[in-house]
Amino acid sequence: MTQLPPLIIADRTFGSRLLIGTGKFASTRIMQQAIAASGAEIVTVALRRVDLSDPQDNLMEAVDRDRYLFLPNTSGARDAEEAMRLARIARAAGCEPWVKLEVTPDPHYLLPDPVETLKAAEILVKEGFKVLPYINADPVLAKRLEEVGTVTVMPLGAPIGTNRGLKTRDAIQIIIQQAQVPVVVDAGLGAPSHAAEAMEMGADAVLINTAIATAGDPVGMAKAFRLGVEAGHGAYIAGLGRHSWEAEASSPLTGFLRSNHV
Amino acid sequence: MSFWQKIIQYRWDQIEAAISRKTAQDVRQALRAPTRNFDDLLALLAPVAADFLEEMALAAHRLTVQRFGRTIQMFAPVYISSECTNSCVYCGFNRHNQISRATLSVEEVEKEVIFLHRQGFRHVLLLTGESPHHAPVEYLIRIARKLQPLLASISVEIYPLTTNDYRRLIENGVDGLTVYQETYHLKRYAEVHPAGPKRNYHWRLETPDRGGQAGFRRLNIGVLLGLSDWRVDGAFVGLHAAYLVRRYWQSHVSVSFPRLRPAAGGFQPQFPVNDAHMLQLMCALRLWLPDAGLVLSTREPASLRENLLPLGITQMSAGSKTAPGGYVAKENVEGQFEISDLRSPQEVVSMIAAHGYEPVWKDWDASFLNAAQP
Repeated sequence: MTQLPPLIIADRTFGSRLLIGTGKFASTRIMQQAIAASGAEIVTVALRRVDLSDPQDNLMEAVDRDRYLFLPNTSGARDAEEAMRLARIARAAGCEPWVKLEVTPDPHYLLPDPVETLKAAEILVKEGFKVLPYINADPVLAKRLEEVGTVTVMPLGAPIGTNRGLKTRDAIQIIIQQAQVPVVVDAGLGAPSHAAEAMEMGADAVLINTAIATAGDPVGMAKAFRLGVEAGHGAYIAGLGRHSWEAEASSPLTGFLRSNHV
Repeated sequence: MSFWQKIIQYRWDQIEAAISRKTAQDVRQALRAPTRNFDDLLALLAPVAADFLEEMALAAHRLTVQRFGRTIQMFAPVYISSECTNSCVYCGFNRHNQISRATLSVEEVEKEVIFLHRQGFRHVLLLTGESPHHAPVEYLIRIARKLQPLLASISVEIYPLTTNDYRRLIENGVDGLTVYQETYHLKRYAEVHPAGPKRNYHWRLETPDRGGQAGFRRLNIGVLLGLSDWRVDGAFVGLHAAYLVRRYWQSHVSVSFPRLRPAAGGFQPQFPVNDAHMLQLMCALRLWLPDAGLVLSTREPASLRENLLPLGITQMSAGSKTAPGGYVAKENVEGQFEISDLRSPQEVVSMIAAHGYEPVWKDWDASFLNAAQP
C-alpha cells in the first residue's frame, strides 16, 4: 500500500489525521490509553479544566508533550475577550502558541459565535498564535478566517457531543472545495463511519472526543476511529468512483445509432 | 417579562390533574420521543411511570454520558453566616430557633476555604441566612475578592438581591447563583414561610431572572422535597429551568432536588419523598433537560448517592459542614440541617472513581470573568 501523505498544519507535519479531545473520560488512565490507541498526535485540552499554575496538574501531566502536540482550547469562553485572555494565559504558562479557538456563548449546544471567533482569531494571529478555530459549517466564515491567517478551519458536523454525524455535509463540502488551509471536521461525529465519510469527502482531518470517551470501550473505539480515518483518507487519495445521475459512456444507451454508421 | 408571567399560565391543580390522568401509553411515548414537550414531562412524573423506572434510568444514563461524559464535578458548601430574619418552618436557621449562631470574619472564611483547597476543592458555594445586617453585600464582595486567588469558581446561595447588587458580586468574581423556590405552590409557600422577607413568593420567584439579567454564568434552582407534592413541584421546576435556558441563553442552568432533613425545630415533611420518587424525579428532569446540571448533595445517604450517580447527576458535594466555621474556623456553632453522607471528600472521590467516573475538581477559570482579572 502506498504511503498516505501526512497532514501539514502551519509547517508542522503529523502522521495521524485524527485529533483527539480529552473531555468526558472516566479516568485519566483510560484517556491516556485511548489517546495512544487512536494514534493521534494532536491532543486538545480545555484550559478551564487545568490549573496552569500547578506543574503537577493531573490533566497537563497526563499528556506527554514530547509525544503529542498539546493543543489548549478556550472552551467555555463567551466572547473574544475571554478566549484571548485564556490563550495568552496558556502561552504565559509555557504552552506552545497554538490554540484551538472556541467561543461558545451558549452553554447548552456549545455552538460557536462566528462574530467573536473572527474577532479573536484576527488578534491572536497578529500576536503570533497558530489559531485553529472551531466554527459552524459556514463556507464564507471559513474563507474570512483563512484570510486573517488561521492555520486550519474546524467546521462542525453536528453540535458537540451529539454523535449525529455529518449533518452539515453540503456546507462542509463547499468549505473543502474552497479551503487553502487544512479542514478539520470537529464536532458531532459519532461513529468511525462518520469519520470515514468526512475523510472520503476530502477533509484533511477529524477531531473526535465524545464518541471515544463515552464508548463502552474507549480504547477499542479509539482504534476503530483510527481505522475509519485511515480508510476514508485512503479512499479519497485512491480516487473514489463518482456518484452520478448522468449516463456514462461505458454503457451508452444510444450506441446502436453509432454502430449503424460503422 | 419574568417567570412570573410564564407561571401564571399554569394552575397547580390543573397540572396535578393532568399528571394523574397520564397512562402507560403516555409514558412509553414520552420515553420514545426524540425531543420532549411539557406533556411528556408530566407523563414521566406520573404515578404510572413508576412501572418504567428501569427504562427511564437507562435513557437518563445514556443521555447524561453523552452530554457530560463520565465525569462528576465536585464542589463544597461554605456557610458564612447563620443569622436569619426568616422563620421558615423547616429550617434550622429559623429566627425562632434558640441556636448558637455565627457570622464568619473574612479571615475565618479564608481559613475554611484554605482547608477545602487542600482537599482539592476549587469550586465553592457560599451560603448565608437572610440577614443583610450581619452579611451585607459589601461583606460578600470582600469575601469574594479574598477567595478569588484560591478558587476557580465561586457561587452564592444567599438572600435574594437586586440585579444591580448581583452585578456587583459578578464584578468581584462570583460566577454562580443558587436560589431555590422551595415550593411553587403559592398557599403552601405562605404556610411554611410565615414571616420575614422570604414570605414574598413573587420576589423570590424572579430572583433567577435578576441573576440572569445580571449575567451569572451559572444559575441553579430547585425545590425542597417534602413541602408539597413532588410531582407537581417537579413539573414547575422543570418549567422554570426550561424558561431560564431559553431566556438567559448564555447561562448554564442546573437543578437541585434537596430532600428535607432533620433540623432544629423538628419539622416533619408533609409530603414524604422516598428513594424511588427521587430516582423518578431525577430521571424525568434529565429526560426533559438533556443539558442541565443535576446536583446531589450530602443531604442524601451515601448508598443512595452511589446508586443515583450514573443516572443523571453531574455535580456532587462531599465532606460538607452546614455550620459557619464548621470545617476548621469555629466550634460549637449549629448547622442548618444534619447531613447524611458523612464520608470524607477522599472517600467520596474513591467511590466516584470506583463507579467508572472521573471526579472533576476544576471546570471553570476565574479569568473568564473580565472584571475579576487582577
